[in-house]
Amino acid sequence: MKQFIFFFFLLLIGFKALSLEVTLTQGSIKPTPIAVTDFFSNEKNIVKVGKNISMVISDNLERSGLFLPLDNKAFIQDTESLAKQPRFEDWKVIKAQHLIAGKIFKKENKISVEFRLYDVFSQKQLIGKKYETSEKNWRRVAHIISDAIFERITGEGGYFDTRIVYVAETGSKVNKQKRLAIMDQDQANHRFLTDGSYLVLTPRFSPNSQKITYMSYVNRKKPRVFIFDIETGQQEIVGEFPGMTFAPRFSPDGNKIVLSYSDPEVGNSEIYILDLATRVSRRITNSSAIDVSASFAPDGKQIVFNSDRSGRRHLYIASLDGKNVKRISRESGSYYTPVWSPRGDMIAFTKQQGGQFYIGVMETNGLNERMIAKSFHVEGPTWSPNGRYLMYFKEERTAEDGSGGESSLYSIDLTGYNERKIITPLGGSDPAWSPLMH
Amino acid sequence: MFYKILLSVFMVAFIAACSTTPKGTADSSGSGSSGTSSIDPSSGDAAILDDLINTPLGGPSSASASASIKPGSQEDLIVNVGDRVFFAYDSAELDADAQELLLYQATWFKEHDIQSITIEGHCDERGTREYNLALGEKRAQAVKNYLNGLAVFPVINTLSYGKERPAVVGSNEGAWSQNRRSVTKVN
Repeated sequence: MKQFIFFFFLLLIGFKALSLEVTLTQGSIKPTPIAVTDFFSNEKNIVKVGKNISMVISDNLERSGLFLPLDNKAFIQDTESLAKQPRFEDWKVIKAQHLIAGKIFKKENKISVEFRLYDVFSQKQLIGKKYETSEKNWRRVAHIISDAIFERITGEGGYFDTRIVYVAETGSKVNKQKRLAIMDQDQANHRFLTDGSYLVLTPRFSPNSQKITYMSYVNRKKPRVFIFDIETGQQEIVGEFPGMTFAPRFSPDGNKIVLSYSDPEVGNSEIYILDLATRVSRRITNSSAIDVSASFAPDGKQIVFNSDRSGRRHLYIASLDGKNVKRISRESGSYYTPVWSPRGDMIAFTKQQGGQFYIGVMETNGLNERMIAKSFHVEGPTWSPNGRYLMYFKEERTAEDGSGGESSLYSIDLTGYNERKIITPLGGSDPAWSPLMH
Repeated sequence: MFYKILLSVFMVAFIAACSTTPKGTADSSGSGSSGTSSIDPSSGDAAILDDLINTPLGGPSSASASASIKPGSQEDLIVNVGDRVFFAYDSAELDADAQELLLYQATWFKEHDIQSITIEGHCDERGTREYNLALGEKRAQAVKNYLNGLAVFPVINTLSYGKERPAVVGSNEGAWSQNRRSVTKVN
């Protein structure tokens, strides 16, 4: 962690109309120079694979905002000699702090990939590993290696071998077509999971990343929560509720789903937890207000949710029996979509104040609230599995002629640094980050 | 018996309002309540209920349009009664205008022997997807409860779209106020 110096500065944004001040926190980080070399091979037919693996690693590290991959035109030592022994002087000259070297060779119908991470100044190998896999898995190997490098240097968990599920959007705002779509964290391997003939909303991964729970209007009379099996493509309705079910999330052990349910006789949304094995559902909240958008703590013992029971929209924590309900948000404005961090110490949320929307984080007791992104409309944060990054969506203002209104995915560092647009083939909303796949 | 009297009271109120107030701040897809006339339910008389039910209920616009509009259809509801009511920001309360329009709707259901309707609940774009789904459902439910209180006989289904299906585009109060609505659909 020593390599990273964090500069925090506060940006004060004044709202003239409401004389309201909201503080946006923006961290600034000096990325570490790193040399990511092509993985060497003397077999012609896999030289390209070695180059590709190196490119994926380099792009991953660059996107993290913590590394500055150096231009390989500046590299002095060639990859063949590097594969035998690094000449650290050659890498010191170009100011690389770290060096990644690798080899790749064919082994029957598989490829064998090995990499070494060096600290250039101490002239030491920090980590070295070897993987065997079929050639078509080269991309995953590149992500797994990226995670190993990230973990070794930063001391934090990796997050590159992950996927994103989200809602792909097209068409006019009054009749938007929405499809479930899935892609790797770096936008590769994009594919659609539903055909757009019915509305789909708010997909979220199961802990093993094999299933997605989401809300679907496939039954036009009553939209409900479904589970989608990524492997088989099969869909299954969750629970037997006579009314609308929505806002689902898996429990950390994958055995339960927390969701919101609007009883058609009452019309008021309450939070329920459904046991997927026994199919027994239990009501958690009981108020005349809207209770919605629940998310489990990583230990599975508590939920955090959104309620307007105080007259304003705030965040509350409760134990799974519905007891010990405690309001945690304390500032002015409206709070929504709380999501517990995988590390357990933070809650990310959407906040609305003074005609703007924010993505913010706070500690689980509501202290140290910080806003890290702001726009006309931002919504729905989701954590990277290492708890270091957030993804969310941003929607532009719509003009009366229907122009504007585009919706896109963004990622950002927890400190408010390194906000990036995620490029998707169509518009994007409701992203959910998978756990690590390995 | 109570509901019968109640309904007849409303029928009278309906005629009174109908004769003075054309309804609807119409946009292309439907019309809603905007009437400001006052209703005095105390002037009701239960005895005239049967007569009223056989009286064609024509608003100002229906005379020309009625030839092509099938009585009891969705189009009939839109043109001659109004299919939607509007809500204040983050509210599921039915104001006087909304209640008045639902009264017209209740009468129209009875007249055309409507068996089944769906009340859609919608929100403007300022709110999260999930909260707005809950709010849309609450709005639809408020309408359902109000209609049930008028002894309306159709089966009433509710369906929330949250902020997914705005009636008009635009990020301004004009658009938002038209999007915070419930829409009655004849099944």
